[in-house]
Amino acid sequence: MALAQHLPALQVILPLISAPLAILFRRAGPAFLIVTAAAWLSFAIAIALFLQVDASGLISYPMGNWQPPWGIEYRLDRLNSFMLVLVSGMAAIVLPYARGSIEREIPHESHYMFYAMLGLCLTGLLGIVITGDAFNLFVFLEVSSLSTYVLIAMGRDRRALTAAYQYLIMGSIGATFIVIGIGFLYLMTGTLNLADMVPRVAVIESSRPGLAALAFISVGVSLKVALFPLHQWLPNAYTYAPSSVSAFLAATATKVALYALIRFYFTVFGDNFVFGKLPLPEFMLILSLFAMLFANAIAIFQDNLKRLFAYSSVGQIGYITLGLSFDSVHGVGASIMHLFNHGVAKGAIFLLIGGAVARMTTRQAAPPAPTFERIAGLSKAMPLTCFGVVLGGLSLIGVPGTAGFVSKWYLVLAAMEKGQWWLVGAILVSSLLAVAYVWRFVEAAYFRAPPAGRETGKEAPFALLIPGWLLILATLWFGLDTSFTAGAALDAAQQLVHSGN
Amino acid sequence: MLAHFTNVITVFLMVAGLFIITARGNLIKKLVGLSLFQTSVYLLYITPGKLIGGTAPILSPAYTVYSNPLPHVLILTAIVVGVSTLALGLALTVRIREAYGSIEEDEILALDHSVEDDEARESH
Amino acid sequence: MDSLILASLVLPVFGAAGILLAGRWPNLRESVTIVTAVATFACVVQLVEPVLAGSQPGVRLFELFSGLPVAFRVEPLGMIFALVASGLWIVSSIYSIGYMRGNGEHDQTRFYVCFALSIAAALGIAFSANLLTLFLFYEILTLITYPLVTHSRTEKAKRGGRVYLAILMGTSMLFLLPAIIYTWHVAGTTDFRVGGILPATLTPGALTALLALYMFGIGKAALMPFHRWLPAAMVAPTPVSALLHAVAVVKAGVFSVVKVVAYVFGAGVLAGQTGWLIAVAAFTILAASIVALRADNFKRRLAYSTVSQLSYIVLAAVVLTPLSTVGAALHIVSHALGKITLFFTAGAIYTAAHQTEISQFDGIGRRMPWTMTAFTIGSLSIIGIPPFVGFVSKWYILSGALSAGMLQVAAVFLLSTLLNAAYLLPIVHRAFFREPVHDDHHGEHGEAPPFMVIAVCLTAAGTLAVALFPDVLVGLAQRIVSGGGV
Repeated sequence: MALAQHLPALQVILPLISAPLAILFRRAGPAFLIVTAAAWLSFAIAIALFLQVDASGLISYPMGNWQPPWGIEYRLDRLNSFMLVLVSGMAAIVLPYARGSIEREIPHESHYMFYAMLGLCLTGLLGIVITGDAFNLFVFLEVSSLSTYVLIAMGRDRRALTAAYQYLIMGSIGATFIVIGIGFLYLMTGTLNLADMVPRVAVIESSRPGLAALAFISVGVSLKVALFPLHQWLPNAYTYAPSSVSAFLAATATKVALYALIRFYFTVFGDNFVFGKLPLPEFMLILSLFAMLFANAIAIFQDNLKRLFAYSSVGQIGYITLGLSFDSVHGVGASIMHLFNHGVAKGAIFLLIGGAVARMTTRQAAPPAPTFERIAGLSKAMPLTCFGVVLGGLSLIGVPGTAGFVSKWYLVLAAMEKGQWWLVGAILVSSLLAVAYVWRFVEAAYFRAPPAGRETGKEAPFALLIPGWLLILATLWFGLDTSFTAGAALDAAQQLVHSGN
Repeated sequence: MLAHFTNVITVFLMVAGLFIITARGNLIKKLVGLSLFQTSVYLLYITPGKLIGGTAPILSPAYTVYSNPLPHVLILTAIVVGVSTLALGLALTVRIREAYGSIEEDEILALDHSVEDDEARESH
Repeated sequence: MDSLILASLVLPVFGAAGILLAGRWPNLRESVTIVTAVATFACVVQLVEPVLAGSQPGVRLFELFSGLPVAFRVEPLGMIFALVASGLWIVSSIYSIGYMRGNGEHDQTRFYVCFALSIAAALGIAFSANLLTLFLFYEILTLITYPLVTHSRTEKAKRGGRVYLAILMGTSMLFLLPAIIYTWHVAGTTDFRVGGILPATLTPGALTALLALYMFGIGKAALMPFHRWLPAAMVAPTPVSALLHAVAVVKAGVFSVVKVVAYVFGAGVLAGQTGWLIAVAAFTILAASIVALRADNFKRRLAYSTVSQLSYIVLAAVVLTPLSTVGAALHIVSHALGKITLFFTAGAIYTAAHQTEISQFDGIGRRMPWTMTAFTIGSLSIIGIPPFVGFVSKWYILSGALSAGMLQVAAVFLLSTLLNAAYLLPIVHRAFFREPVHDDHHGEHGEAPPFMVIAVCLTAAGTLAVALFPDVLVGLAQRIVSGGGV
């Protein structure tokens, strides 16, 4: 019983402890076991917490028994208990995959570091989601960011280093902007507890420091979100990182940043202020449209599959921010759903592509870039991999029967509720752009002849195929049974939208 | 008056840092800029918490004026974060120098482009 | 009853799995196909009697959106479509065996798997109880037929597949999906109900816009200008063209049109609003017929003939009289039987003589008497000459148009009948009455493989049989307008 009360703390502490333990062992095997066990346990805890919130509402956990607002509070509502499931679930799936995939990507002697970094990254992401304290949020953001930079830099291509450096600069600027914003809020309200801040922010939000705080936080979080046009760091980072890292980041990192955006906009400042009194919805709407149309269009012309799907991520983030800008239950609900649905589908795609790349990699050379030339005719050799990517792509398009359709339905519904028919058109046109890039893959993989001299003839290793396909099956499952995703997301939106303030 | 004065410094450091990050192509200089930028935040937090003549918060009737300890503690954490970011950034720069033989952004970009061209030629 | 509905949907899927497992043994694989087809048809047939008696059995699966489930309900129109799709699946399976083996096609297992899944999707459309379910299976049908269209994997197939996908996905996503979501938004339901579900508060402008979104959104109905996917899809192997692009896919399109008109809008709401749509459908009928007249490629001619015949059904549906609605439902059957016969002959000629252009057909009837006789019967049925089934359905449509006083519609039908004759009968003439060309470098050939001949004769006989014993079908069709117990 006592343990059950401390689940919110264990959620973060388990992966946090796993990282130094992994370092202490200095060997790949034990490090893998420890971090994986921590990830699976934290997935189990996340599910338990989700059910607990589902049953009894809000959970507030005073860290170290220091009562809020003085101590750090972990605070769980519908939104972040849902996010915890996504983040820890992805880690639980990616880790077993990583064991197979980093074999060819990272020198064996630094494997234990990789696991430790992944553990830290997971810690940071879970911490951002669960904490109810603004400064604590910043610290966890940096924990996750610093470990992410390292993970990206572990890619074997030397461009991974520049990608990591670029992300480090952009990410640190973003994080510093956030901490400046939090500083302003702290100066004006005298508290760092987010819940405690709410009534006090209501008083000062229209003041100049209040607006400055909002502006700094908006820009800082948008950098981490990779909201168009602050997305430049993302394509390189996803392209050159090790496969498992690309998948994990695509599924969780930007999603957690979006969570932070939702938290600040809807809980701290209150949507009545942010979207009701400021010109922010128009601004966000335009940026989202640019993301949806431009980034998706750029994706069509990429030669490297990983980069293609990275740009597609930027486009899909546009859907999410578009839903937020509607500031309605269906719009915000669609965004929260899409966080999850897109995370699962995109994670699956990156895992499957990673499997294909692993099969094409020889031990001596760096992994080849998965260009369209190289994957030509791949369906003969790797039918399951290719079919999986196609199914994941269908979810990106939003074909009925996949998870992507569910979020698209609510997004279109929200646009109609606003009477914005042109937005309905824009959403649907952008999903047609997704058809174009997914079909580029189909035509390359199924229609073209394999390049001469590619030694294939074999499906991707099963250890890499199974995690990817698990996520693909999840995508199909959540396309038909929406009680978990849509249920939680709409509930969360109900809690967030026009909740007072 | 003093508060005003520190704010000016804060903003100057902030802008100077950002300017260096964007305007300089040398990876080390960029990190210097980033550090300056982060340092400005330390000032932003600490100066409002400091009272002139104030002491550390000691529970004793002898001291009535004391500074707010919380910003100091927060910034202690932020400094740690800043140092690790800088360390990581420098480590990356070392690796980049090993891999590219340069730490100038434009030279690295040129090298990357030539590789991409090669890749494109290879595949056609 | 519920289990019958689910069985008829699930059987083809299991069949597909069985085909996949039996892939290495062609005889076993084809047996699985035929057994599954027969079993599916048997399930569907057993539903006829209760539906004819006026009941509408249904199944609700899970809720995709709260209050909006994936659900099935068998009503008379869906019953007719399901009968056609599952019944002709048996015949075309027999035919496929002849075609695929006769032409030594590659990847036959994939072909049969996708074929079975397409039928499952078509049945899903037929039995759908609401727009969401219909849309779900509609999109699945598009995707699952894509590998069939591009079966040959050639550059031409790839381009055809692009057009196919771009038009079908494009229209359904850009027009149909928003139409459905809007319907859900304003009506709070997407169930099909007699008399429609739209609230009376909708303005005429919104109504017209919604109707346009639906009509052009259902790209499978091939209303001009969104008809080009149909000729593009002719790169597929002929059994695919025959069953899917003359029967299942296109009929899914017009079936959806009839359903939307009858059960989402309702005749009452639409009265007087459909003038422009009648004009578009009439234009499609005539324009496509004229294109067909000029086409020398046999399958292309048949494809444009299909485009034109589909608009008969759309036109009949939006004339909005009970008689024409019955006619629309019957024409789904009669065109299916007639056109599948014609496509079967196209495949038979290709397999036996390797000819694809009509100008090469001189005297072919003497070598392939069975095939070309069947072709003649099919043509006569399409043209609408008694005693074939095409006459029955056209009769109902014409009576419906006349009862509504739409003389111009009747005129379009008569003109198009003449055009039908003009593009089909010359082929008959060429085949039977011209001297064969003897410099044929493909050498001498005889009749097509027996599997194909049997299938062609079966469907040709079907056009006659249904016309002579139309009770069940007419009974079902009349149930649509008289309304069963909902």
